[in-house]
Amino acid sequence: MANKLDSKIPSGPIESKWTKTKFNYKLVNPANKRKHTVIVVGTGLAGGAAAATLGELGYKVKAFCVHESPRRAHSVAAQGGINAAKNYQNDGDSTYRLFYDTVKGGDFRAREANVYRLAEVSANIIDQMVAQGVPFAREYGGTLANRSFGGAQVSRTFYARGQTGQQLLLGAYSEMMRQVDSKNVELYSRREMLDVVVIDGKARGIIVRNLLTGEIESHEADAVVIASGGYSNVFFLSTNAMNCAVTAAWKAHKRGAYFANPCYTQIHPTCIPVHGENQSKLTLMSESLRNDGRVWVPKAVGDKRHPSQIPENERDYYLERVYPSFGNLAPRDVASRQAKYRCDEGRGVNESGKAVYLDFADSIKRLGEDKISERYGNLFEMYEKITGQNPYKQPMMIYPAPHYTMGGLWVDYNLESTIPGLFVAGEANFSDHGANRLGASALMQGLADGYFVLPYTLGNYLGGTKLEKVTNTHDAFKSAADGVKNEISKLMNIKGNRTVDSFHKELGNIMWEYCGMGRNEAGLKKALQEIPKIKEEFWNNVRIPGDANYLNVELEKAGRVADFIELGELMCRDALERKESCGGHYREEYQVDGEAKRDDENFCHVAAWEYTGDNKPSVRHQEELTFENVHLATRSYK
Amino acid sequence: MSGGKNINLTLKVWRQKGPKDQGKFVELQAKNVSEDASFLEMLDAVNEELVSKGDEPIAFDHDCREGICGACGFVIDGEAHGPQRGTTVCQLHMRNFKNGETLTIEPFRASPFPVIKDLMVNRSAFDRIISSGGFISQNAGNAVDANAILVPKADADEAMSSATCIGCGACVAACKNASAALFTSAKISHMALLPQGQVERKERAMRMVGQMDAEGFGSCTTTGACEVACPKDIQLTNIARMNREFFVAQTTKREKHKDGGAG
Repeated sequence: MANKLDSKIPSGPIESKWTKTKFNYKLVNPANKRKHTVIVVGTGLAGGAAAATLGELGYKVKAFCVHESPRRAHSVAAQGGINAAKNYQNDGDSTYRLFYDTVKGGDFRAREANVYRLAEVSANIIDQMVAQGVPFAREYGGTLANRSFGGAQVSRTFYARGQTGQQLLLGAYSEMMRQVDSKNVELYSRREMLDVVVIDGKARGIIVRNLLTGEIESHEADAVVIASGGYSNVFFLSTNAMNCAVTAAWKAHKRGAYFANPCYTQIHPTCIPVHGENQSKLTLMSESLRNDGRVWVPKAVGDKRHPSQIPENERDYYLERVYPSFGNLAPRDVASRQAKYRCDEGRGVNESGKAVYLDFADSIKRLGEDKISERYGNLFEMYEKITGQNPYKQPMMIYPAPHYTMGGLWVDYNLESTIPGLFVAGEANFSDHGANRLGASALMQGLADGYFVLPYTLGNYLGGTKLEKVTNTHDAFKSAADGVKNEISKLMNIKGNRTVDSFHKELGNIMWEYCGMGRNEAGLKKALQEIPKIKEEFWNNVRIPGDANYLNVELEKAGRVADFIELGELMCRDALERKESCGGHYREEYQVDGEAKRDDENFCHVAAWEYTGDNKPSVRHQEELTFENVHLATRSYK
Repeated sequence: MSGGKNINLTLKVWRQKGPKDQGKFVELQAKNVSEDASFLEMLDAVNEELVSKGDEPIAFDHDCREGICGACGFVIDGEAHGPQRGTTVCQLHMRNFKNGETLTIEPFRASPFPVIKDLMVNRSAFDRIISSGGFISQNAGNAVDANAILVPKADADEAMSSATCIGCGACVAACKNASAALFTSAKISHMALLPQGQVERKERAMRMVGQMDAEGFGSCTTTGACEVACPKDIQLTNIARMNREFFVAQTTKREKHKDGGAG
């Protein structure tokens, strides 16, 4: 098959690409918008915002989520904030600087044109969310407050206590519910997308399972948007919510959408360390804590004294030491790797030795406990509930954990996948973050895609594409629905001996060990031998009690784990092929003194994988990346 | 993380196959539970054992497990989200329980929250309350500069304290009348406190209160059980504000003009 990777990046100077493109896009007149149905899968920031704004424009929108309510999407859990180039602080911020920081932060593996557009619309996002009543933090005089975040030297992060994601999601959700009230958006909750229906080469609908009744439903549309989030639950233990899965994106991949940079996983430096075998997930402590917290480990190997017993000159504030200009605000990949090094050296704390201190003592002395509590109170409480320790009295313990996935379905500048009419937004696509995501930019991308990009690009597609009328009785729907039913009955009939979670944990261990924070060729090859064995065992020995015709949580989990196993294999293949270290993707063979060594000559590209059939190797395609504005340079935070 | 010990518990869990089935309490053992595990992780372990035996696991809603999404929640020994104040069950850790204890676990009970299965209830009534008016009619893409809308810090902070409601439904479950006043009032307060929320202020109060009643939630008699159960410490003062908003809206309401636009 010919390479379908046409990124459709508009020509001309970067500053005017989006404006020019918007003007050139086809429009759909208001009376015709009513005649188009758009399906949105996922109702987090990207999907919720897309459903709200498309409904507002007059399209008929059907919004689907696995949750009981769109308000529960995992976007709700983002804590720290959202970036925008407002320069309210007069500290030198600009659209260009946000663009520059994001391209550099992504270690030159993002697409310049997309990133510039993201920076450009970032200011609109804040305006829009404030107008919708999001209670951002304010200064005494009533203006918006800002703080700084990892990877940036300006204060451009807007926040709502430690619950920015929650407030932004509730904003998008309430706008979407307004459209539900006006009957422009039809909400289908507790539905899981299990296939995309492609007719005449275009995405024309989806197959979903009603999670309450087990019924398989077919829904037709003129275009489909997937905004189903990220897949770091492939690691079993991650900061993702329990229902985060790759399933919707993976099914689209199997129908022809290329999967880009699957191995790009962000390892977040500030998570509460693992405590034991029964642990189900990891909890992130907001990166914003690094504004006031200082990271350290004891200087001496094996120093097991209580932190209060370790005098100042016997502590190693390693981030401040190694990266004097960014210090504790070094980007996530850098901070994570440093924590791992210190623990690998035997200087880790906690009983497991897999933790470092995040210490607020200096800030409490400087600002007072009240100020710290005003800034981070809820995070401190959360920490205390989980660990039973009071972080006002002794330093927090943190360790890196899988968090956000920068890989995802490949999309062009219009956010359209390699299946025409199938658009992908937010964390589910790959486009804007490169090999490492800077803090406070995920919320920005989700909302930018949903509110300010898709309304234009979808309109262009619908206005410029001839679409035959189809109904959900079309043969393609029938055969897709039959496929879904077959797979479910196959799973139900295995009746083996092992639980779904036991497979998920086994896969997760392999992924973390061999495709996690550090990877090497031998490990990845080993993983590629192990994963097919897990797959075979899974399909012969998984046990799913109950039946498929009503709520069956084990069945839901089984379908997701089956997809994670396949994705895991692709992640390892992708990591093996990428013979360089960039951003969060760290190949141990390619380094200089512990810093990632990028190879721009051979790997300045996006790897997009094409699915070619069950048990057949996927085909790797390349989209070359060009950097015309931010010149390729080695990242340095020293 | 604190290296706690392990405990054994007896659980009396509400099992109900579906909305139309009769439910009953079933006794199960939770053995060797780490004190560092969360309550849901304890149930995960019980479920793993049930599934291994070919039985169906206990169904319960949960997602973020960070106390913020509002998906989880059931009643432990008569208390919504269990004994610890200001905590969701996913953030309730087993170090709060004693070895050998017997715990009774049942779903949130209220007729507008029908049981779906076991501990899982249908809270979509909350979504309908929000869609009846819990929003600000601001179209995308044409908003004024964010700093053109000044909000005094105190107001923004108070609005934030109300907006922090996670919609878990513990307030309804804790209320003897199954009133949704705390949930509804939190959203009404959040928007009434902000300049952006003024345009639809009266209509919002009328519609949201109307929808709350239509869903079958009971009346508020200000006993305060909701505030005690709330994992986000949403204050009772919100209910006072809602009552005032509703009263003002009702006594000053105007008929809507039905005239079309000119031109």
